[in-house]
Amino acid sequence: MKGKEMDTQNINLLEGREKQVYEKTAGGAEVDIACEKTSLSGSVSQRACVFCGSRVVLYPVADAIHIVHGPIGCAAYTWDIRGAVSSGPELHRLSFSTDLQEMDVIYGGEKKLYRSLIELIDQYQPNAAFIYSTCIIGLIGDDIDAVCKKVAKEKGIPVLPVHSEGFKGTKKDGYKAACLALMKLIGQGSTEGISKYSINILGEFNLAGEAWIIREYYEKMGIEVVATMTGDGRIDAIRRSHGASLNVVQCSGSMTTLAKEMEEKYGIPFIRVSYFGFEDMSKSLYDVAQHFPERPDIMEKAKEIVRDEIRKYYPEMQKFKAALAGKKAAIYVGGAFKTFSLIKALRTIGMSVVLAGSQTGNQQDYKNLKEMCDEGTVIVDDSNPVELSKFILEKEADLLIGGVKERPIAFKLGVAFCDHNHERKIPLAGFIGMYYFAREVYESVMSPVWQFAPRKGGAQ
Amino acid sequence: MLLRHTTKEVKEREGLTINPAKTCQPIGAMYAALGVHGCLPHSHGSQGCCSYHRSTLTRHYKEPVMAATSSFTEGASVFGGQANLLAAIETIFSVYDPEVIAVHSTCLSETIGDDLQQITKKAKDDGKIPEGKYVIYASTPSFVGSHITGYANMVVGMAEQFAKSIGEKNDKVNVIAGWMEPSDMREIKSLASRLGVKIVLFPDTSDVLDAPQTGKHEFYPKGGTTIAELISAGDSKCSLAVGCISAEPAAVALDKKCKVPFETVDMPIGLSATDRFIMALSKAGGVKVPDEITAERGRLVDVMADMEQYFYGKKVALFGDPDQLMPLTEFLLDLGMIPAHIVSGTPGNRFEKRMREILERAPGANFRNGAQADMFLLHQWIKNEPVDLLIGNTYGKYIARDEDIPFVRFGFPILDRIGHSYFPNIGYSGSLRLVEKILGVLMDRQDQTALEERFELVM
Ligand code: SF4
Repeated sequence: MKGKEMDTQNINLLEGREKQVYEKTAGGAEVDIACEKTSLSGSVSQRACVFCGSRVVLYPVADAIHIVHGPIGCAAYTWDIRGAVSSGPELHRLSFSTDLQEMDVIYGGEKKLYRSLIELIDQYQPNAAFIYSTCIIGLIGDDIDAVCKKVAKEKGIPVLPVHSEGFKGTKKDGYKAACLALMKLIGQGSTEGISKYSINILGEFNLAGEAWIIREYYEKMGIEVVATMTGDGRIDAIRRSHGASLNVVQCSGSMTTLAKEMEEKYGIPFIRVSYFGFEDMSKSLYDVAQHFPERPDIMEKAKEIVRDEIRKYYPEMQKFKAALAGKKAAIYVGGAFKTFSLIKALRTIGMSVVLAGSQTGNQQDYKNLKEMCDEGTVIVDDSNPVELSKFILEKEADLLIGGVKERPIAFKLGVAFCDHNHERKIPLAGFIGMYYFAREVYESVMSPVWQFAPRKGGAQ
Repeated sequence: MLLRHTTKEVKEREGLTINPAKTCQPIGAMYAALGVHGCLPHSHGSQGCCSYHRSTLTRHYKEPVMAATSSFTEGASVFGGQANLLAAIETIFSVYDPEVIAVHSTCLSETIGDDLQQITKKAKDDGKIPEGKYVIYASTPSFVGSHITGYANMVVGMAEQFAKSIGEKNDKVNVIAGWMEPSDMREIKSLASRLGVKIVLFPDTSDVLDAPQTGKHEFYPKGGTTIAELISAGDSKCSLAVGCISAEPAAVALDKKCKVPFETVDMPIGLSATDRFIMALSKAGGVKVPDEITAERGRLVDVMADMEQYFYGKKVALFGDPDQLMPLTEFLLDLGMIPAHIVSGTPGNRFEKRMREILERAPGANFRNGAQADMFLLHQWIKNEPVDLLIGNTYGKYIARDEDIPFVRFGFPILDRIGHSYFPNIGYSGSLRLVEKILGVLMDRQDQTALEERFELVM
């Protein structure tokens, strides 16, 4: 029997998905992308669950234990898969699970959770514990709040429930649950000695050490960084983060809830930034400086940093640009905000974007995207492999930017790839990150291996 | 020292699992289903599980892995997932057009009490399954067993729900593959053809998860056991189950349903287990072992003899999946090594019993499977009694680094190296490769640590 090929050139879009795909054409009808909905039953979605959202947000808190309450899977699959680096403790890189068995499902897992927590805290002496409830916890009637309270009292450390039952919403609800847990920590520490010129860095997870780069810029400007949430995160820093004057929020989805809550409760204003690409990176320094108008030296310093850094990397990048000019990229990442930065960053190196999509963008995001994109660009929400392959081939993309599940698809199609997700190995944030990004894109697009690949649908 | 918190003192833990040596049933079901041609695995639960399984398989194989999900929402947890699954089946056939949908359950759908048999029957009755297409299922709650039992359950599903007997036996032998790599399934086919035995191999992930670069994304790659083959398995003259944990249940099911007698053998890892496998297969096929295969065996024995001094008395810690650990432990003993600590997260008495037998030759070995048999325990054992070599999946690298132990990757998942899915790990040639790998790390270590005057050119 011969391999049946799905004709990716001529597929029908998944019924009911027409509204989640949009192609920008001159004079074309204005359609609103239908987003923020759950995927259709039966789709091969690239999306994850509520638990996944909570786990990625809280994971980098390195001096806390993260215990996954549920059957083994959820814990096993999230064991050290994210390169969120810590400068000190590394408790976050271990995998703790209550590994619920059939009997626990019948009689409840509270006791097991309690005992596990006690054992863990005794053994690892963490500064806090996060308890993630996965899909079945509510259904089997476990009251994890009660267990957490009890253990917190007995052990004298914060023990925080994270209500992240996988099916109760999307990844975004997981972000919210994580923010809620963080809110319980914030406000508990002393704010003594925190400078008036201080910020928290929110939504930066220190993948490949990115938070360190950003932190250094701000510190050079004379700004105190109270807490990064959650990259290289520490419980004590989070507890006193309400002493900062400004929250600087990166990543559209994950931390905005927290910023809003902190604004409401502690009157801390927030700004949204992105650290990808020269343009957005510079802006995120200026925007912070602008927040402290009484200290013009901060702005001066910001300008100096931008000048020096761009001077340092710009010339090098011209080589990449010369080689990459006119090449086409497809982007499919988690959050829409990241897509904006990537489009700008790609333009800096002479590349155009032919496909832009995200797993979790909202109406406003897609509206902005439409405005930003060139004509002919396809915009998708919650896409699937068939659709992605179809557009990559159709639009003759030279590069795909995505995550772990997209990588092999790109390589099968004979298209270069850049990981802009958990598995990035090099920092992509900051000025130096833009340089690395350009270099990575350059190295992948220019790889001699593509000459052996029957490109564009097997034309040999 | 990532594992700096691991204490030497081993205390009984009451609930907690630290750094598991297993994962959950559904991923096994998904992997098995990928070994059926034109099959789309379907995860009946919420999106997360499916996404995690696909990512994990992708990290191990560096291949796209397709699977659909019922995308449970709050409603499903209240009203049951029947509506989701029925809708999913319809959507999948109309959009992705597979030959088969292989549905497996998850902790969520099992806890709310969805009955896959009943729902798939309803799908059929309601005409949601097009003519000539199939939906099979397996119950795989994540709070029971491990990825290995999940695999076994899906293979049982294939045997039970496809195989039919028209009453006339043919001359084929069913070879039911336990959880092994695509390269291993390829090796089984090659061995059978060199022996001259006609086989039906299922599942078969070769040419699915080791697909070539074609410039296209093949939603359904070329490989996989075909439906016709699976149906015909009911008329094969006998079955050979390769692995008593992950393959035998399907052989039992087939015997029950279609009266196909079976024999169970260990996975052919190492010399003795491969001998038994070849014997069993040649006996089942009524053929003599050709000289070519005997010579291959001879080469393995020759290398084992040549290098005997480098193996002798070396202590080994190993962890992973039961069907692999049993023959692997036996092989280490055959090489003169000492299996010192063995851990498998997969529960089950069968494994325990068989391991006790094998370990009679290694009195004093620590061995545990099931609850709290995790990497933390293994590490503690190693701290108490150090070893010269560690064998296991990628997660062993933490221990290997912290304790500075030579490390050979073997098993699932391997997230940081390639080769496991391309070169056989079974048969005489796979065993030779394993010997090479073990020698490689041991000799590299010797070269690194030898005093200058004892640093040898010829080894
Ligand atoms: S969907 Fe539920 S069971 Fe699956 S990974 Fe997410 S929390 Fe765990």
